[in-house]
Amino acid sequence: MKENKSEKPNRREFLLSCSKAIPLTGALFFPLSAARLLLAQESGDYDPTVHNYGMGIDIHKCIGCGRCAAACKTENNVPLEPHYFRTWVERYVLPSEGEALVDSPNGGIDGFPEMNEDIDTLRSFFVPKLCNHCTNAPCVQVCPVGATFITRDGVVLVDEKYCVGCRYCIQACPYGARFLHPEKKVADKCTFCYHRLAKGLLPACVEVCPTQARVFGEVGQQSSPLRRFLRFNDVIVLKSSLNTLPKVYYAGADGEVR
Amino acid sequence: MKAPKFPQQVISLAIIFAILLGGLIAARILLVPKSFGKYGHYRADAADEVASLDIKYAGYKACLECHDDIYVIKEKSNHRGLSCEVCHGAAAKHIEAPDEFVPDAPRGRGYCPLCHGYNPSRPTGFPQIITLQHNPGKPCMTCHNPHNPLLPHSPEECSACHREIASQKRVSHHSSLPCEKCHTVPARHTTDPRSALPKKPTTREFCGGCHDKNAASPKEIPRIELASHGGRYLCWECHYPHHPEAK
Ligand code: HEC
Ligand code: HEC
Ligand code: HEC
Ligand code: HEC
Ligand code: HEC
Ligand code: HEC
Ligand code: HEC
Ligand code: HEC
Repeated sequence: MKENKSEKPNRREFLLSCSKAIPLTGALFFPLSAARLLLAQESGDYDPTVHNYGMGIDIHKCIGCGRCAAACKTENNVPLEPHYFRTWVERYVLPSEGEALVDSPNGGIDGFPEMNEDIDTLRSFFVPKLCNHCTNAPCVQVCPVGATFITRDGVVLVDEKYCVGCRYCIQACPYGARFLHPEKKVADKCTFCYHRLAKGLLPACVEVCPTQARVFGEVGQQSSPLRRFLRFNDVIVLKSSLNTLPKVYYAGADGEVR
Repeated sequence: MKAPKFPQQVISLAIIFAILLGGLIAARILLVPKSFGKYGHYRADAADEVASLDIKYAGYKACLECHDDIYVIKEKSNHRGLSCEVCHGAAAKHIEAPDEFVPDAPRGRGYCPLCHGYNPSRPTGFPQIITLQHNPGKPCMTCHNPHNPLLPHSPEECSACHREIASQKRVSHHSSLPCEKCHTVPARHTTDPRSALPKKPTTREFCGGCHDKNAASPKEIPRIELASHGGRYLCWECHYPHHPEAK
């Protein structure tokens, strides 16, 4: 035993000497984080911190013309083929008995075919869908590289240079709002037309909606069209039980809308 | 005291550790983008990159400068809620170079029915046509100005805007009753519908006027005991008035 000790260090001594490296490591990392703090400086005249965007959708007003989905594809260069959409319109048909029937041929862009005559329809309506820009977004939580994130103005974006295309976020989104861009091979989704907001314009879908079924605005500010929408309507958010805290609010939607 | 002499193993390990650490630091510096972590676990510049993308839709305000004549007409019409670009397509390029890029206009019969073609899922009150039957063969513009689609004469039929209700009523027991039997309709309702809404029945006695067992109405009308039938509920809480089936 004694001979052993003189030749090899015991565990205690080994750990002790290793521990001397710790302050060294810290000393190496400190300048990095200090430099990062210094880098954090504001730029530009658009101040994102004063905004928190959301959207209201009035189902009673939607005529299902699909112009929003068409405009979105043009504005955001979403491939026309195959079946990928950043926003789309679903038709709900509630039969007297049984589950709601939902369809969305080509996102509603070309209109909807005739309904099945055999169904005893109780009610039928259109529901525009898009990314819900959740405050508690599951897609952001699962992204392994930090390529999807919530901006300071409350918009969920994808960093297409940083995305590795692993599709975790597509799986995690309970609203089916994400897809893998067939050419760029990165996750893609609605941005609330972030590039338009920065220029003081409305999202393209809101701009072209003929019946003002889509209302865009600030969640937190008093003088915002969204505020009135929330004040006068009984609104729901989709799949509220998942606690994703969406910022797309639906008026006139019942529990059947998922 | 003698300076501590590190055993060989520790030195080798320290070298490996130093190389790994150096590698890690180098990797971090080289691979982690500059603005990563500025506001959170993401690359802050990515937001600016998205924000700097080009727009395709200019927004209707951009058209005012040169086409305000059209805007003024449209604002007073039933198409006031429509953006110019919903019909003319994205026109940001046209703003930059008005003569080089001229937006298209939907002059055929195909486009307007995307909004106006009859579809029972559309909300009631929205003007709809059965495209195949509505003046077939002629482009819509021969009769309707797209910027002011004022109708040549106001629709005679309520079904112009309430087709789903009308077609339900047609096959129901109430098919013989005109809409006006139960609704007083102001004339303005058929031209500017929301500014003058028709009246709806409000009392049980209204239906009782035909259906009470003592009512002075045609014999074939089925009778109920107005005082007791259906309790205190309004009749239309159980019977859909446009399709009253007693089952
Ligand atoms: C800077 C002035 C300017 C602005 C702003 C502008 N236009 Fe024009 N527009 C023109 C001129 C000039 C023409 C005639 C071009 C020609 O016929 O060569 C024209 C023609 C048109 C036409 C006619 C096409 C046809 O078939 O005859 C349409 C449609 C149109 N503009 C739509 C728009 C819309 C929509 C906007 C707003 C997004 C807009 N314009 C904004 C100057 C403008
Ligand atoms: C309902 C769809 C629709 C909307 C909304 C619409 N247009 Fe048009 N526009 C048309 C059609 C269809 C024509 C072709 C008319 C023709 O050839 O007689 C046209 C023609 C034009 C023309 C060229 C002919 C003319 O009448 O001078 C201009 C310019 C124009 N539109 C600008 C606008 C502007 C600006 C707006 C928004 C304020 C607008 N349009 C909104 C459908 C629309
Ligand atoms: C993007 C959807 C959209 C398109 C495309 C569109 N319209 Fe309309 N149209 C509307 C809306 C919304 C109204 C207003 C309805 C209301 O007041 O509830 C309307 C109203 C009308 C009316 C008035 C009906 C009435 O009773 O006063 C006519 C007629 C009409 N449109 C014809 C046309 C024609 C012709 C075209 C094609 C050039 C066209 N529309 C294209 C959405 C559209
Ligand atoms: C030959 C002239 C003519 C043509 C072509 C025409 N319309 Fe009409 N439209 C009318 C008249 C007249 C009315 C007035 C109400 C009625 O008679 O039903 C009307 C009414 C409407 C209405 C109000 C709803 C209703 O049924 O009254 C809409 C919407 C409409 N037209 C859209 C269109 C569209 C879309 C096209 C092209 C596909 C078109 N019209 C082509 C003459 C025409
Ligand atoms: C030009 C289109 C148009 C025509 C024609 C039309 N309506 Fe309407 N009607 C509407 C609109 C729009 C509404 C409002 C719907 C809403 O609030 O969602 C409405 C609402 C109504 C309501 C409900 C009012 C309420 O308080 O809820 C009744 C009842 C009604 N219409 C009856 C009629 C009758 C009867 C006729 C035929 C004489 C007729 N309408 C013709 C467009 C029309
Ligand atoms: C037997 C009487 C009766 C007749 C006939 C009738 N209605 Fe009604 N209507 C009612 C009553 C009662 C209500 C209120 C229903 C309620 O609040 O549940 C109503 C509600 C409505 C509404 C608003 C609510 C809804 O159901 O969407 C519209 C629009 C309407 N009627 C249109 C029409 C039209 C168009 C016709 C003709 C095709 C017509 N009605 C014929 C009794 C009638
Ligand atoms: C102008 C008279 C008149 C008024 C007002 C009227 N109805 Fe009727 N109702 C009729 C006639 C006619 C029939 C059809 C009888 C037949 O089938 O031959 C009928 C049938 C019915 C039926 C029986 C359907 C069946 O399956 O046998 C019900 C239920 C009914 N009406 C409910 C109502 C309600 C509810 C109202 C008030 C909103 C109302 N009616 C107002 C004339 C009227
Ligand atoms: C609580 C629901 C309820 C209410 C409220 C109600 N009904 Fe009914 N009604 C029924 C049911 C269920 C039937 C079919 C079974 C029966 O004959 O009792 C019926 C049957 C009828 C019939 C057909 C009777 C026959 O002999 O074929 C008429 C007519 C009628 N109702 C009119 C009315 C009128 C008018 C009112 C308003 C004063 C009214 N109902 C209110 C539930 C209701």
